[in-house]
Amino acid sequence: QTSIITGKVVDETNQPLPGAAVTLKGTQKSTGTDANGNFRLLAVPNGTVTLEVTFIGYQTIDKVLTVSGNVTVDFDLVPSARSLNEVVVIGYGTEKKKDLTGSIATVTAKDFNQGAITTPEQLIQGKVAGVSITSNSGAPGAGSTITIRGGASINGGNDPLIVLDGMPLSPDAINGAANPLDLINPNDIASFTILKDASAAAIYGNRASNGVIIITTKKGQSGKPVINFSTQFSVATLPKEAPVLSASQFRNYVKANGDSAQIALMGTANTDWQKQIYQTALGTDNNLSVSGTAGILPYRVSVGYSDQNGILKTTSMERYTTNVNLSPSFFTNHLKVNFNFIGSQTNNRFANNQNGIISDAATFDPTQPVKSSNALYAPYGGYWLWTDASSQNGIKQNTPGNPVALLEQTNDRSTAYRGIASLNLDYKFHFFPDLHANVNLGYDESKSNGSTTIPADAASNYLTAADASGKLQSGAYTPYNAELQNKLFEGYFSYSKDIKSIKSHFDAVAGYSIQDFKNTASNGLFPFVSNGSTLYSTTKFANGEVNQTATNSYNNYEYLINEFIMTSFYGRLNYNYDEKYYLTASVRSDESTKFAPGTRTGTFPSVALAWKINNEDFMKGNNLFSTLKLRLEYGVTGNQEGIQDYDYLAQYGLSTSTAQYNFGGTNYQLYRPGAYYPGRTWETTDASNIGLDYGFLNDRITGSVDYYYNKTKNMLATIGQPALTNFSNQIVGNVGNMENRGLEFSINANIIDTKTIGWTANFNVSFNSNKITNLTSVAQLAGISGGTGNYVNVDEVGYARNSFSVYQQVYGANGKPLDGVFVDRNGDGSITSADRYNDHSPDPKQIFGFSSDFRYEKWNIGFVTRANLGNYVYNNVASSTGTSRNILNPIGNLNNGSTDVLTSGLTGAGANDLLSDYYIQNGSFFRMDNAHIAYNFGKVFKGTGDLKISANVQNVFIITDYKGVDPEISYTGTSGVAGVDNNFYPRPRTYVLGLNLSLR
Amino acid sequence: CDKNKILSPNYKVTSQQVYSTFTGYTQVMAKIYGAFALTGNQGPSGLPDIQGIDEGTSDFFRLNFYAQELPTDEAVLAWGDPGVPDFHNMNWSSSNLILLGLYDRCLYQITLCNDFIRNSTPAMVASHGITGTNATTVAEYVAEARFLRAYQYANLMDLFARPPFATEANAVGSIIPNQITRAALFTYVESELKAIDPLMAAPMKNQYGRADQGAVWALLARIYLNAGVYTGTTRYADAITYSSKVIAAGYSLIDNYDNLFLADNDKNTTENIFSIEYDGNTIQGYGGTTFMTHAPVGGTMPASLYGVTGGWDGLRVTSNLVNLFPADTVTSLQGNLKHFPNLGNPDTRAEFWSNKQSLAITDVTNFAQGYAVNKWRNVTSAGVQGTNVNYSDVDEPLFRLPEQYFIYAEAVLRGGTGGDAGTALGYINKIRERAYGPGKGDIGQTDLNLQFILDERARELYWEGFRRTDLIRYGQFTTGTYLWPLKGGVAGGTSVEDFRNIYPIPDQDRAVNKNLTQNPGY
Repeated sequence: QTSIITGKVVDETNQPLPGAAVTLKGTQKSTGTDANGNFRLLAVPNGTVTLEVTFIGYQTIDKVLTVSGNVTVDFDLVPSARSLNEVVVIGYGTEKKKDLTGSIATVTAKDFNQGAITTPEQLIQGKVAGVSITSNSGAPGAGSTITIRGGASINGGNDPLIVLDGMPLSPDAINGAANPLDLINPNDIASFTILKDASAAAIYGNRASNGVIIITTKKGQSGKPVINFSTQFSVATLPKEAPVLSASQFRNYVKANGDSAQIALMGTANTDWQKQIYQTALGTDNNLSVSGTAGILPYRVSVGYSDQNGILKTTSMERYTTNVNLSPSFFTNHLKVNFNFIGSQTNNRFANNQNGIISDAATFDPTQPVKSSNALYAPYGGYWLWTDASSQNGIKQNTPGNPVALLEQTNDRSTAYRGIASLNLDYKFHFFPDLHANVNLGYDESKSNGSTTIPADAASNYLTAADASGKLQSGAYTPYNAELQNKLFEGYFSYSKDIKSIKSHFDAVAGYSIQDFKNTASNGLFPFVSNGSTLYSTTKFANGEVNQTATNSYNNYEYLINEFIMTSFYGRLNYNYDEKYYLTASVRSDESTKFAPGTRTGTFPSVALAWKINNEDFMKGNNLFSTLKLRLEYGVTGNQEGIQDYDYLAQYGLSTSTAQYNFGGTNYQLYRPGAYYPGRTWETTDASNIGLDYGFLNDRITGSVDYYYNKTKNMLATIGQPALTNFSNQIVGNVGNMENRGLEFSINANIIDTKTIGWTANFNVSFNSNKITNLTSVAQLAGISGGTGNYVNVDEVGYARNSFSVYQQVYGANGKPLDGVFVDRNGDGSITSADRYNDHSPDPKQIFGFSSDFRYEKWNIGFVTRANLGNYVYNNVASSTGTSRNILNPIGNLNNGSTDVLTSGLTGAGANDLLSDYYIQNGSFFRMDNAHIAYNFGKVFKGTGDLKISANVQNVFIITDYKGVDPEISYTGTSGVAGVDNNFYPRPRTYVLGLNLSLR
Repeated sequence: CDKNKILSPNYKVTSQQVYSTFTGYTQVMAKIYGAFALTGNQGPSGLPDIQGIDEGTSDFFRLNFYAQELPTDEAVLAWGDPGVPDFHNMNWSSSNLILLGLYDRCLYQITLCNDFIRNSTPAMVASHGITGTNATTVAEYVAEARFLRAYQYANLMDLFARPPFATEANAVGSIIPNQITRAALFTYVESELKAIDPLMAAPMKNQYGRADQGAVWALLARIYLNAGVYTGTTRYADAITYSSKVIAAGYSLIDNYDNLFLADNDKNTTENIFSIEYDGNTIQGYGGTTFMTHAPVGGTMPASLYGVTGGWDGLRVTSNLVNLFPADTVTSLQGNLKHFPNLGNPDTRAEFWSNKQSLAITDVTNFAQGYAVNKWRNVTSAGVQGTNVNYSDVDEPLFRLPEQYFIYAEAVLRGGTGGDAGTALGYINKIRERAYGPGKGDIGQTDLNLQFILDERARELYWEGFRRTDLIRYGQFTTGTYLWPLKGGVAGGTSVEDFRNIYPIPDQDRAVNKNLTQNPGY
């Protein structure tokens, strides 16, 4: 006797859910829901059966039915945000969220940030405790600096490892792309998993010290095709100009403080140079995807087109993307195949030296016009600039360039292509179904080419370089190209077994992988011309004459190729007893060709214990806690970024043609022995973590508390070499220790959840304290504006990395700084560098994220906010321009400057003025990244479509005491400078209108 | 994957490849010489030799200029770059970045020499199949590398007194070097110079750009003159012996002082004994004569007269140096002509730019205070612009003949045997006549005293990197016997403690080399 079961599956908003899987438990019988959410299960044997409905992102529901004749049963699914049953992608496998033992955070598509997002990591900005995502600038497609738990290194880099669909990505960016991730369309991403602690990340071994971010792209759904179309239109504006003197303020200042010659230098124009270089920028983003199952072949195909203009004139990014995913199964699901291809083409236009242009706009004399018909300026395209008849090209040296000319007389374009193909085979053994064999093949290739063209009348290149005959030439054409390859092969076995008799469950993984990273770069026309043993990179002058410069290169190679190979063995064991006591242990052994033979292998173990308290007998009947899990974790990870591919080899480099020496009339390029440090190896981080996962009210409120202590050993840091012992006075060696300790707290609440009203909120906070505990010497990190060779950041034992090293300003009775007067801290009667002290660090002490969404019937409204507290900023704009010496410049021109000069009255004449702690300013801020409102029309086109329109504002407001434009300074890591505000491309405020239509 | 697989870069080479050919040896030798002129492997900057200091500043001559000239009456520099103001204030500490750069530059060059010498034993050269004249040339290279090493050790002896010490016997990275005493270093430098003397090319017989016996003798004369400072035992007779050898070797003064530091001074092989080469297109950097042709240019000085695109508004002189010269005698000339290069002064060496510059200095950072200097110009003696407007063609002599005349004269006056006062006077008058014109400027025997020689050295050799050493030898560097404006950071000048006659061993090296003890006072 059999019957037919029919029914309908709907989501939390009572909308039908197509593609949900309906299974009769204990049998092979299953079906999927159609476009209207209906299902029909034939030939169900009469009696008591259990029907299970599953859908990705939703809680699984079981219903027990007594069947005796055809029945109808409906299912209301609720999203699994509140569910710990959701499956989480971890390294080399998946795990149910409720069984996790590590500190792992996931963010899926429904929780992604909204708006005009061009680069994937911005989808989760502010959403995860302990993960700081700071956009590097406001340029279109500019990447972000991602720091997990404060970062583990000084010189080794602090970027987490990014794994895309099982493929660890190369840390290198390609020349001509703003950042490596912006070649991936954010709309194709299904989820992020962040492995924050070492026990979770250690399976990725020597690249995992800074955490691991696993990105999974969207897959095909079962059932009839679903077409999804979304389009966005955005308008970006400059939120705030840099605070510099207006033309009238400037006039008054010069008249009041300048001498007659300086007053005479002023022009009659009133030019707001910042208005001249910024624009209101339009953008559009369009995506079309089709997802469904054709026969046995689930598929998803998407195409995207995005066109974003920058608020700095001439900058833009245009991107075409495609993503194809095929995930068929064969042999009654014994062989699952997943094929994924991501392809993109990005056309960029950059402003050459954008920070220099932004700086020039802040400092160019506002009383001068953009252009002038005076014949004096005709050679330079009519753009006004500071001239000097006695100089070779008529331009006054050491004066800022006309910022509009710098933008308009530069054409810096690139095209970057990227293709990432991955194939994953998962075979479940026919006679031993507990055992799976997995094979992953991945291939990631990026190519770019670009060029910078500067016309002959551009002042920046006007009669500046001598040609072969010594004659001065103008203009430039500089092409370049680059190629990045990353090949992966890996295979692993996984074994999963439930042994009911001893209430135990085992999971085990063991595998091998080999990955090859190759980076090929060139500069020049062809791209290199070789001439005997000398390589030349070539550019052209505007008159077409080829200008050759020998490169630091050797023999007849056309490209500079860098390559390294990593081979790894890894294994992991998960065990749980009665779903109460959990143990995870993993180990990975890595071998990297970045190190000398014999020191190439490193082993990275981890262990984690978890106790699921809410499954204990004594918690039975407890209605308060739905989840209560205590975790204890320890692991060791490594980091090899910051080590060049061939560093361990003793090598000679050939000098360029501009660095030769002459014996008796013959020029010789020099052979310079390279600094030698054969023992260099990866940094290791010992990380411990104790955490508690909690859930109340049937997991309507969930969250975690974690305390961690990470200690980096063998830290790559710049150290001095005893003189006479090496070919460099400093090398990057494994010398330091650093620690990060911190506390993270997160809470997610479904405060109201009814059919008509929903209200969710997410709050997270993380405290991090960073301290260098061992370093043989103080590293001084160069690179601020104003003066030569000045540094403001230092790395020193006992202080947070990149701490500001400054002089202590003395203030007068009126509260104003006394010009050039500093505290003699060591009391030796004179102010020397020994009087500098370490005042604050650029890293925030606390990071907050708070977001909320409110739904009422078809309306949806929400926001995302973030706050950083205790981050300090060196206001380099004020220090280098907000002084009378800058404005009334002794070299004989006038520069605009920060309005700070009006209040501080500083002259900037003293040698130490630039490094006054007056310029170290509290950069704490509260910022609303996003506010959005959406209206869901629901069914359209006779029920075959869903339509939603939305409006967003990004970078809505910022509340801060900081005196510059924006206190959120991206950490630039290995380049040394941190927390230095020196005219970066401002983040725009963007207004976005969007429409989303899905058709079934 | 093979555990020992070496992925070799396609753009660098190993030591075996480099030393497999004679050209390779020459290119390593070019680095040893080039490390004086260049700051790294890429001109003008980008692949620095010395880390932790602004690359443009990290060139030997510029760093040495800072250490030898800025704490004296000869030069002030407007910039507040790290470590620079300490020299004017004479309050430098062991963390001074300029001193670190200079110390590291000298010792880096010694390290290059040690490595080359170790890789160039006759047996090793023969094993690479290099024979005949090529092998002979490599042997000459080795002698020259030993000379350049001795030269830098002599500088370290003068500046830091007790540097760490290693030779080719100590392979790179094999030991942590020990400190050597000033006296022992003197003995070493002396013995090395004497040992290589017969191995070097005869004076003026080597390729231009390479050192010869003249340079060896000139350095010996220089250290003997200062031996009392270095060892406590004077060696004036030896100073006379070796300066006499140089003087007798055939060198002669060129006619026109103005042409000494111009773009075509590589032709001045009669007066210049050994020079650092610079070239606007092939030897580029921000130190050396590029620094010397840019840093003193600013204010109303027309950059094109100096063969550069624009000045750097930095270097000037104190009134004390100007006042060593006679007063201007021609006052009717107007505008720029009066000031360029030395018009208006009977002593043609007074190459000062005074238009819109005040003689007095109260504020070092104001370029308009203090006269600027026209001595270095990136134009040829025919007035033709150098090959590149941004980088200088001017070569920088480390030894030129007048210094040897001064050494002879001073050693004689200080009681050295083997010379005579009449010859000394003749030598000094050669210098005087070149400055004042034939038959003019001569002094008499009674005018020739030690203070006169010190002053005349300043007039002839200012900004060439001698002043600090000279003032120390005369006991005038730290003491109150001689003051100049802003000496010790005080308007009228003040004495400072005597320990400042020796620079401190930089903290950065003491942090990693526990064998080093600090010089007294720091």
